[in-house]
Order: sequence, then structure tokens, then C-alpha cells
Amino acid sequence: MTVETIVLDGVEKTFGAVRALQGVTLAVGAGECVGLVGHNGAGKSTLMHVLAGTLVPTAGQVLVGGVDVTAHWSPAAARAAGIRCVFQELSLCPNLTVAENVRVSHRALKGWGWKPRARKLIMDKLDGIFPGHGISADDEVADLAIGKRQMAEIARAFTVTDAPLKLVILDEPTSSLDAVTARQLLDFVKAEAVRGTSIILISHLLGEVLSTAGRIVVMKDGMSVVEKSGRDFTRDSLVKAMGSEARHAVRRAGQAASVAGVVLRAGGGSLTARKGEVIGLAGLAGHGQTRQLLSIFARKSAEVEGAMAFIAGDRQTDGIFNLWSIGQNISVRSLAAMRRMGLVDATAETALEEEWKTRMAIRTPDVNNNILTLSGGNQQKALFARALASDAKILLMDDPMRGVDIGTKQEVYAMIAAEAAAGRTFIWYTTEMDELQHCDRAYVFRNTEIVAELSGDALTEENVLQASFAEKAA
Amino acid sequence: MLTRRHVRQALPFISLAVVLLATFYVQPRAMSYFGLNLMLQYAVPIALATIAQMFIITANDLDLSIGPFVGLVSCIGATFLTQSPLLGVFLLALLLVAYGLIGALVHLRSLPSIVVTLGLSFVWLGIAVLILPSPGGKAPVWLKALMGFSMPVVPLPIIAALVIGVVVHVTLMTSSYGVIARGAGGNDKALVRAGWSMLRTKVMLYMTAGFFGILSGLALLGLTTSGDAHVADRYTLYSIAGVILGGGEFIGGRVSPLGAVVGAITLALAGSFLIFLRISPDWQIGAQGAILIIVLALRALVSYGEARQ
Repeated sequence: MTVETIVLDGVEKTFGAVRALQGVTLAVGAGECVGLVGHNGAGKSTLMHVLAGTLVPTAGQVLVGGVDVTAHWSPAAARAAGIRCVFQELSLCPNLTVAENVRVSHRALKGWGWKPRARKLIMDKLDGIFPGHGISADDEVADLAIGKRQMAEIARAFTVTDAPLKLVILDEPTSSLDAVTARQLLDFVKAEAVRGTSIILISHLLGEVLSTAGRIVVMKDGMSVVEKSGRDFTRDSLVKAMGSEARHAVRRAGQAASVAGVVLRAGGGSLTARKGEVIGLAGLAGHGQTRQLLSIFARKSAEVEGAMAFIAGDRQTDGIFNLWSIGQNISVRSLAAMRRMGLVDATAETALEEEWKTRMAIRTPDVNNNILTLSGGNQQKALFARALASDAKILLMDDPMRGVDIGTKQEVYAMIAAEAAAGRTFIWYTTEMDELQHCDRAYVFRNTEIVAELSGDALTEENVLQASFAEKAA
Repeated sequence: MLTRRHVRQALPFISLAVVLLATFYVQPRAMSYFGLNLMLQYAVPIALATIAQMFIITANDLDLSIGPFVGLVSCIGATFLTQSPLLGVFLLALLLVAYGLIGALVHLRSLPSIVVTLGLSFVWLGIAVLILPSPGGKAPVWLKALMGFSMPVVPLPIIAALVIGVVVHVTLMTSSYGVIARGAGGNDKALVRAGWSMLRTKVMLYMTAGFFGILSGLALLGLTTSGDAHVADRYTLYSIAGVILGGGEFIGGRVSPLGAVVGAITLALAGSFLIFLRISPDWQIGAQGAILIIVLALRALVSYGEARQ
């Protein structure tokens, strides 16, 4: 039996209360191309960060060539072991040239003449992978188009100086490449595997994974659920494997009876919402859902009747005022409505704060406490209260349940249902399949476009996955 | 082809040429060895302080203490360095270490550098006043000789500025470690992923800044020949303005050593120009600010066109 190049054995990773990885075992042999697929939050990226040394696993082992290296695992150790990664968020320095970025990843490039060597290294690799790429080694990265940046970063991962090249992780490598360059890359990956380099390919384009990977690992909820030879999978069986088997959440059926006229029309008429509807925006994360919400909120290329409120998902950045009290965080959206002779009516403000503290069941002895005294879930409730207490008829929600515990979620779901019944409209971007069960209809986004509208019985996890992972121009 | 990028990079040099020509126009007698020497001699310490500031800006930080720091160095130089050189050198080395520690503190505790250095500016000033309660002391003889040296044909300040600019350009812009230093400002995550230590990089940048701050203080002392805690109070703003005038940006690791030196010289010249115009000293700071705003507005205009293309 050959010794595997690298093994992750029973790796676990928790972020606070969230278990991102629940004991994943992954072994990659020399010259093997492993495809890794899974829906949002399945734990693919976390697993790769552990492999690359940028995250320390909570439990489990990392073995390189059969030796346990968990204790000293770091980005530098991973590089020395021959592991390179191309992550989704680009890891180039925009203010440096392509050649200078090569220097950043190679300690051996120093002393006299390092720059000509760096230039030759990257240009040879670029020419080898992407013939006709049109990139110069002295181009500043900030000046390159996104596709060329990705090409430069991929080529850089395959350059070799002093450290060996054993395993390359490609996380959505073709997301910014056109069809021709994507083809060039996949051909190169196959050829490189034959030369003995191991590859881990993460992609939501299942056709790519099926045609390139020798073995495919499917991840779900922080676990690897299926692991088979690529030939034993078809597109459909892969999509099925990513979904969950039996989920019998209560459908929000019949609730939409009170639906009246259209109050919102966006995206050139492709997205509409009626009074009292709960509309889901689904699809893989980062495919244009948040941008759609923001353009609706800005009333750009969107016709909206009535006031709107926005509920942010990234609480720390866009949501809470972290120096303010809980009450102030709730009432800020309604201050204009509580004006009396140009000043805020303090009695009305206190009444509003107390009312919403009770209605949302925010767990605090006093609304005058600082917002940060609340748990994450209760902070999110305060943000919901801010929007619901306002005069807004349409509520835009930007994946608001990130990192919220299940109990709080259930309370908020009930609140949404009640408010929708009372005539409010919700546009809800969610990365969680389960939450679509609480929607009347859902639009699936792919590459910033709406590719499917699902409602009623057609709104199933499988259909959403099918639409999210469909190939370009299949 | 002449792109807007080239225009933007040429802007510091064009600004210098314009200010220089305007000065010669107002006061033709300045166009001489003696005139240039006189106008530019204070450009050397300003240029050194600007380079110091530039190393901090490279790491996306800002040093609001560089002025008082230069003042403190001049006080140490005028007292300890003259009386007992060994102790003087030891104290200056201590300041260098302090800068490294500040870099480590800012990085490890993710503190805003502006707050830390604003606080430190009072610490430096306080120590300087303790050493020299009122202006006085004496510069070491060798320092006076060095700064007062007259070069044949080309005035010393021009040679000095050129040497400073080229040396820093080579270390920061073309050496392999300079790439890492600038990468720290461009994308620190990428650097950490590539296995570099941000802590070490930041400490190195801060210590280099401290080194140039010390050089600035000594150069200033060589010119003034006596120490004064408040002598360089304006340097904090001069140095930031010089970096930005020279084409640097506050964030993103985009700096230019040659541009920074040129920016510092432009600022020094602008002072002389305003004197020649007989503008009262009360208005000079405002007038210098106006020059700064004009140049920055021009650059914003060029960048705006670049973004639209």
C-alpha cells in the first residue's frame, strides 16, 4: 500500500457554538485529482483552510507522508510540505506586480537577480497553462481584469523553487475564467495529476468536477457524506447526494391567502412581490442576491410601493450600533415618526422600546443596557425589532439568521409569518435550505441572474440545487 | 503611450517644477548655488522625516508623533551626544527599539496607530522638554561640519535628497524584502498565507521609520546647531503631506520614495516662495495648505478619469 501524500483524520472545527466540521476524514494520494462538492456552509472552505494551515483544527489530525504534524501545522509548514492553495478570495497583493507577487510566495527568490528569475518563473507557467494569456510579469495586479488575476494566481500556485509541489487546492478556480481559459486549466490539471501532483478541485460547476476528478467527495453539514469514484456519479446522483434525505418541515401553505396587489417589481420584471408575500432569494452564496436587495432598497431599476426596511445579516458591520443601548438600536429607524416639535418624543421612544422588547422576547433585564450585552441571536432580534417597529411595508432581509441559534430562529420565523399575514411583504435572501420552507415563492440566483422561480410544491431542496448548479449554456 | 497612470506618477515632479519656476520668476537671484543652498537646506530633514512617515504609511498606519520625535532627537543630540557620545548613541538606539515595540504593540493588539502615536507625541515632547527645558545645547562639531559642507558645483541639499531618494527606492521598491514590506500594506492576509510574519514585517517597518526619524533629527540639529523640543512640531503634517504629494496613498501599500522626497522638497520650496511673495508668516500655513489642496485635487481629477476609462 502506498503512503498517502496527505491525510486529514477526523478533523473537527468549531467557531463558538457553530460546528463547521464534525469529524472529516480525507486522504489524498500522489497524482490524484479529488473533486470536493457541497452546498453553502457544507464546510468545504473550512476544511481547505485547515489543510492549508490557516485554521487550526479543534480536534483531529493532519498527517503528511504518514507523519502526524498537527502540533506544528501552520501556513509556513503547509508550504514546506508542498501544499499550495488558490482560495476564492484572491490572495494577490494588488499593489504589487505579477512578478513581485511570485516573490511573496517564494522565500528562495531573493538576492541579486531575483526579479528576472521571478518573471521567468511565472511567465513560463502562464504560457504552459494559459497559452495566449496576454499578461505581462510587470503588470500591476490592480490593473488586471479579474479573470487575469485569477490566471496569475493559479499559475503562481504551480511555480516551484525550493519547496516541493505536492498538492494544489483549487477553490472555485474557474469562477472568473471564460470557457476557453477554464478548459485550458482543466486540461492542465489532468496533465499535472499524471505528473504526480495531487489536486483538490472545489467547484459548483458539476460538469467540471465530473470530467476532471478521479474521485469525488460530497460534503454536507460539516461531514463528508459520500465518497466515490468520479465515474460512479452522474450530475443527478451528485445533486441528490448534496441534498438532505428527509426533511419534513411544515410548509407555509395557504398562508398566502391574504395576498393582494403587486407592491414590488425589480430586475426588469423578473422579480415581483405582492402584498403579504414571503419571497425567498436562493442559490449559492455571493451570486448576486445581496446586490439585488441593495438595488431594491436604493429603488434602482426597481418599482416599489411603500416604505422599506433593511435587515442586515452581517450584524457587526452593517447592523448594530455597538456603542448604543438595545433600545436605541431598536428605535433608530422610527425616530422620524416620533418627532414632536422637531425633537424626539422620549416617552413615545421608551414605549416603543419596551413594546418591542416584549414582542420579540429579547432577553434582557433592561433595554438601556448596551447592545453588546446581548447574545448574537438576541442582537439579531433587536435588528428585526428595529425593522418591524418601523412604518416599513416591505422588509428586505440579507441572510439575517447567520450564526443564530435554532430557538431564536423559530421565534423569528413565527414573527415573520404573523407579520406577512398582517400584510407586510418580506424579501428574504437565505443561504439555508430550511428557511425556504417559510417562503411562498423563491427565486434562484446564479451568476447574478435569476435562473428559476419556484413556488408551492416545486419549491424543494432538490429543485433549488438543480437550478443553482446548472451548467452554463448546457 | 502616455497613460493617465504616467501622468499621475509624473505629477509630483511637475508640481516641483512649477513651484521652482514660480520661485525663480518672483526672485531671480534664487537661481544660484547660494540661493538654492539656502532655500533647500531645510528640505533635507523634512525629506528624512517624510521617508520615515512613508515607511509607516506602507503598513497602512500613520505616525502622528514624528514631529515631536524629531524634536526629541535634536534635544538628545544637542546634549548627551555632545557631552558623552556613547550615552547619546545608546539613547538614540533606545528610541529605535521603542519604535519597534510600538510597531509590535500596534500589530498585536490591533490598535489604531493614529491613537497610539498621538499619545506618544506627548510622551516624546515631554521627555524632550525634560532634557532641554528651553532651547539650547550644542550640536556635535562633526554634525555641524557635515550639514555645512559645501559641495562643488551642486549644492549639498540636492545631492543629499537624491541619495536619500535613490537608496530608499532601491531598498523598498526593487529589493526582494521591499516587496514583502509593500505587500504587507497591499494584502496582509496573502502575506500571512504565504507564511510571512506580519509581526516581524511591521516591527521592521516601524524601526526603519524610527531610523529615518533619528536621521532627520540629527540633520536638523546640524543646521540649527542647538536643540529645541518644539523645533520640529510642524514636521508631522509636513511628512504626511510630503508622502501624499509624492504620489503615495494612505492605504494599500502604494508609496513612492522618490516621490516622497520630491514632495518634501516641494513643501520646503513652497515656504520660500511664499516668503518671496512677502506673504505674512501668519498666512503661510494656510497658503501651504492651499498649494497642497490644489495638487491633491489635480491628482484626484487624474485618478477619476482613470477610473472612468
